[in-house]
Amino acid sequence: MARDITCVEAIREALEQEMARDPSVLVMGMGVDDPKAIFGTTRGLVQRFGPARVFDTPLSEDAMTGVAIGAALAGLRPVHVHIRMDFVLLAMNQLVNIAAKARYMWGGRVSVPLVVRAVIGRSWGQGPQHSQAIHSFFMHVPGIRVVAPTTPYDAKGLLTQAIRDPDPVLVVEHRMVHAQRGLVPEEQYTVPFGKARILAGGDDVTLVGISHMTVESLRARSFLQEVGIGAEVIDCLSLSPLDTGTIAASVAKTGRLLVVDTGWTACGAGAEILASMAERPWPRFPLLRRMGYAAATCPTTRNLENLFYPDARRIASAARAMVHEDAGSWVPQGKEAAEVLDFKGPF
Amino acid sequence: MLGADDLARLYRALYRIRRTEEEIARIYPSDQIKSPVHLSIGQEAVAVGICDALRPDDAVFGTYRGHATYLAKGGDLAAMLAELYGKDTGCARGKGGSMHLIDPEHGVMGTSAVVATTIPHAVGYAYAQRYRRTDRVTVSFFGDGATEEGAYHESLNFAALKRLPVLFVCENNDFAIHSRLLDRRSSHNIAAQAATYGLAAERIEDNDVLRIRERAVGAVAALRAGGGPRLLECMTYRWKEHVGPNDDFALGYRTPEEARAWMESDQVRRVASMLDGAARARVEAEVEAEIRQAIEFAERSPFPAADELMSDVFTE
Repeated sequence: MARDITCVEAIREALEQEMARDPSVLVMGMGVDDPKAIFGTTRGLVQRFGPARVFDTPLSEDAMTGVAIGAALAGLRPVHVHIRMDFVLLAMNQLVNIAAKARYMWGGRVSVPLVVRAVIGRSWGQGPQHSQAIHSFFMHVPGIRVVAPTTPYDAKGLLTQAIRDPDPVLVVEHRMVHAQRGLVPEEQYTVPFGKARILAGGDDVTLVGISHMTVESLRARSFLQEVGIGAEVIDCLSLSPLDTGTIAASVAKTGRLLVVDTGWTACGAGAEILASMAERPWPRFPLLRRMGYAAATCPTTRNLENLFYPDARRIASAARAMVHEDAGSWVPQGKEAAEVLDFKGPF
Repeated sequence: MLGADDLARLYRALYRIRRTEEEIARIYPSDQIKSPVHLSIGQEAVAVGICDALRPDDAVFGTYRGHATYLAKGGDLAAMLAELYGKDTGCARGKGGSMHLIDPEHGVMGTSAVVATTIPHAVGYAYAQRYRRTDRVTVSFFGDGATEEGAYHESLNFAALKRLPVLFVCENNDFAIHSRLLDRRSSHNIAAQAATYGLAAERIEDNDVLRIRERAVGAVAALRAGGGPRLLECMTYRWKEHVGPNDDFALGYRTPEEARAWMESDQVRRVASMLDGAARARVEAEVEAEIRQAIEFAERSPFPAADELMSDVFTE
């Protein structure tokens, strides 16, 4: 039975169902058992499963990641939650030097079934250190998978898959995606790694969105439709490994690719996707473009913050310029994204 | 009171580590071991004294100076030497080398080249034991340099908070590479500082293997009884250079006179002298045969096949 629920509810349901199914699953992290329950994504878990399986941690991201790895080496399946992705920077040593390498450097004698949930913030003045999206840092490192669901369906299915996977998985969440609604089956299911999802068809240009920028890309598609341009929108979903096959098949049809990342462009997910396309043999080489955060620190004040992020209007404008290269500049009229406009902090 | 069998067991463990590492040092110039080696010669008493108090199903986590930890816990000697040779039969299939030893079947849960990284692993492993209601004890070995890393303090805090069955063992040899402890922190207070986290901590001054063992037996019993984490700071001394098979007194950062006191209280020789001649000869002959076979095994083992480059990046 599928219900219309939010991403928050889908994440919470994935955790609850996996914990009920497998007693080795733990949920840990700062605030997972507090009254706000990580925006509701961990609500009710400590009441149902108890404090040994759902526990708050000291403000020790480095060691607590190591604790999660140690528990995983003993066969448990910890889900370590970071309420902001910026805080994952404090855990880089354990994630890169140990989690990603453990199986390889210890000769396949162990595995680390660790899930790290990291929430990207935006809006209401998140500013320089509550807004960063560092998924590309992890795409660089072999041994850790990176996924970034956008719809409630994929949020539940990919988190379930991540928990069942024997190796480390970084699940990238976005605060602006948490309130998105969609149909989600009540029963358990998994969404496989390494598969992108075509959300809407089109023949003129391919828009590949990452995390929240998938939502903006869908809006851009509506703008483009009004001027007679058909955009195919693909939710990248799996950043490592990338589903280059699905993207390439779309680009073979449209001849144009615009990747819109929730993150900076330099050495970013967009750069990697474009490079993987550029390396392929094409009968006619496609037009390859990318968008992402401005090459600046995220400003706190609203008017600059709005310029820092790509939005549906500018995505549409960039896509149209790819289709009609000789046309003048065009920016559609439209309102700011509802989830950005409606978001009232503080968090 | 230790009986003759106990002493023979301790001597076997000490002698096995010492002689294995002496053989590594002997082989090293031949360039068959293409891996940085951090020898434990002089420090064997800590690993042996602690691990003698453990059961086979207890676990240890260690450092890049980990040969002694691995062997004292019962790690497979032939697989360790094959690992140093980079062979497919190595304990990490040649992909880890001397700094990344592991033998889960014997409770050696991994050593690491980045200082202090395995300390929280021991804490998490202990969390899992408690969660599963086993009475297994987990030991974290680390050097004095690790106590300057944040992960060490974070780990002690969490272990104390949750009263986890983990024994922290600081192998304090006074040096982080060539930097003395007092060039890195204000005082020799590792045990005293650890105690402020709310765990029982004690310093053992003299590298005495029997004293270390006795304290470890007490600590392990307390841990099994649910007494919460403990720390033993064991003063010891590295005889060889930080990395490599040689002496390094010519560098001038320490003197042979300083080392002499530690060498004169050599625990291998001391425990040997407590055995009768026949028992000692039997242990030595058996260990020498084991080492010889292990070296032969390492030398005749194949290198990993080319497709091993891409295996075990993920679980297949």
